[in-house]
Amino acid sequence: MTETEQLDEDVAIEAATEVLPLDAWHRAKGGRMVEFAGYWMPIQYEGIMAEHLWVREHAGLFDVSHMGQLALSGDQVAEALETLVPGDISALKPGRMRYSLLLDEDGGILDDLMITNEGDQYGIVVNGAVKWEDIGHLRENLPDDITLNHNEDYGLLALQGPKAVDALARLVPEAAGLVFMQATRATWNGHAIAISRSGYTGEDGFEISLPNEVLTAFSDALCAMDEVKPIGLGARDSLRLEAGLPLYGHDLDPTIDPVEGDLAFAISKRRREEGGFPGAARILGHLADGSPRKRVGLLVDGKMPVREGAKLFDGNTEIGVVTSGGFAPSVGAPIAMGYVPTGLSEPGTAIAAEVRGKRVACTVAAMPFVPHNYVRKTGA
Amino acid sequence: MPRYYTEEHEWIDVDGDVATVGITDFAQGQLGDIVFVEVPDTGAELSQGGDAAVVESVKAASDVYAPVDGTVTEGNSQLEEDPALVNSDPEGEGWFFRLALSDKSQLDGLMDAAAYKAFCDAL
Repeated sequence: MTETEQLDEDVAIEAATEVLPLDAWHRAKGGRMVEFAGYWMPIQYEGIMAEHLWVREHAGLFDVSHMGQLALSGDQVAEALETLVPGDISALKPGRMRYSLLLDEDGGILDDLMITNEGDQYGIVVNGAVKWEDIGHLRENLPDDITLNHNEDYGLLALQGPKAVDALARLVPEAAGLVFMQATRATWNGHAIAISRSGYTGEDGFEISLPNEVLTAFSDALCAMDEVKPIGLGARDSLRLEAGLPLYGHDLDPTIDPVEGDLAFAISKRRREEGGFPGAARILGHLADGSPRKRVGLLVDGKMPVREGAKLFDGNTEIGVVTSGGFAPSVGAPIAMGYVPTGLSEPGTAIAAEVRGKRVACTVAAMPFVPHNYVRKTGA
Repeated sequence: MPRYYTEEHEWIDVDGDVATVGITDFAQGQLGDIVFVEVPDTGAELSQGGDAAVVESVKAASDVYAPVDGTVTEGNSQLEEDPALVNSDPEGEGWFFRLALSDKSQLDGLMDAAAYKAFCDAL
């Protein structure tokens, strides 16, 4: 028996796989470690299905310290960033964050990222697998008087699920005062930390940036609570798939622009009017006239999973490809996302995927597959 | 009824000229939650080491190889409805398929329980 597909199959493993600060903690918790984005990371603890369902009902702690935590400071950082991303960064108020896209000169997506106005600087969180390329791209394209800091002294945790706010607020009371896509600095046991109400599961939750030397103590403090269990990469992937969130390197890459990627919401109104971001001609053309292809969700008939790489068909015509797919624990059926011609992207459109030479019926579906549970205003 | 094991983590029970094949408890533990199993059609001719079945966990699809040559006499239809049987009872109710053996001498190349345990312990 051999695995024909692996999580990290197309992630280049550069030289030796690196060890994250919580490595020993994961192993002690029973984490099964795999190589991902150049690091040893836990794919699961007790099992992907149980961990996935736990996050939807309670709260799960994810170690995402492989991601790049960058900061830009200097004069006119927002204006400079706007030459590289299509978001309205100038309008981003202190304490607010925004999802954006790093674009190449043709409008292709180099990475998706979160940009936070931290007051005295802009924090940027980028994908682990491409963080070194991102740093090179930013350094090459930003003015020399803007300082780019890569904060490797801090780790990043995500606490996700409906009970996340209760759990985190016991350690960091400021958590309860944030709404979705807000961020603040705080302290824990005298250490400077940063928290934001954000995540990658579709659930309410937080991301917490804190010094490497306190990661273990903080993780222990959270996991000592009844609501919290550690969750691996496997459930992170199935949760984000159900939430309709794309995974860079799989659902997004430099051949895809934001309109094709169904991420037009990340192109702010002012930027649509003014342009001035990389690939604006192509992207604005796609916004006006539609793109030739589009990322869609797929509900799969039957029980056989349809995975990344499966070809999509309309009758006998090959029309596209699946970029993510698998069994969705909260849906109770296989789901997928992939690219189809925009003319076949309406929810309800019947197409087929090919798996091991067999055709599987699929229906284009609106995303998310499981409703988002973001908290947009506090109850207090 | 002698039981044999392969290095690909299949077990094979032999009863006369017919064998029952499944994956081991070690294998199901490595795969995690199993959500789909594709068993071979009755009448399919399998050859040792060739593709026989597919087992899919939440994360990945894995091939199951034929431990010996033979003709499939039955696939486990219960796995269609309840693939998690492979997790809960891998070496019993979670069997994959039965086959009529073509060459019983191939069994001599497989491991017994003690040898398989030693093999897993060394992984």
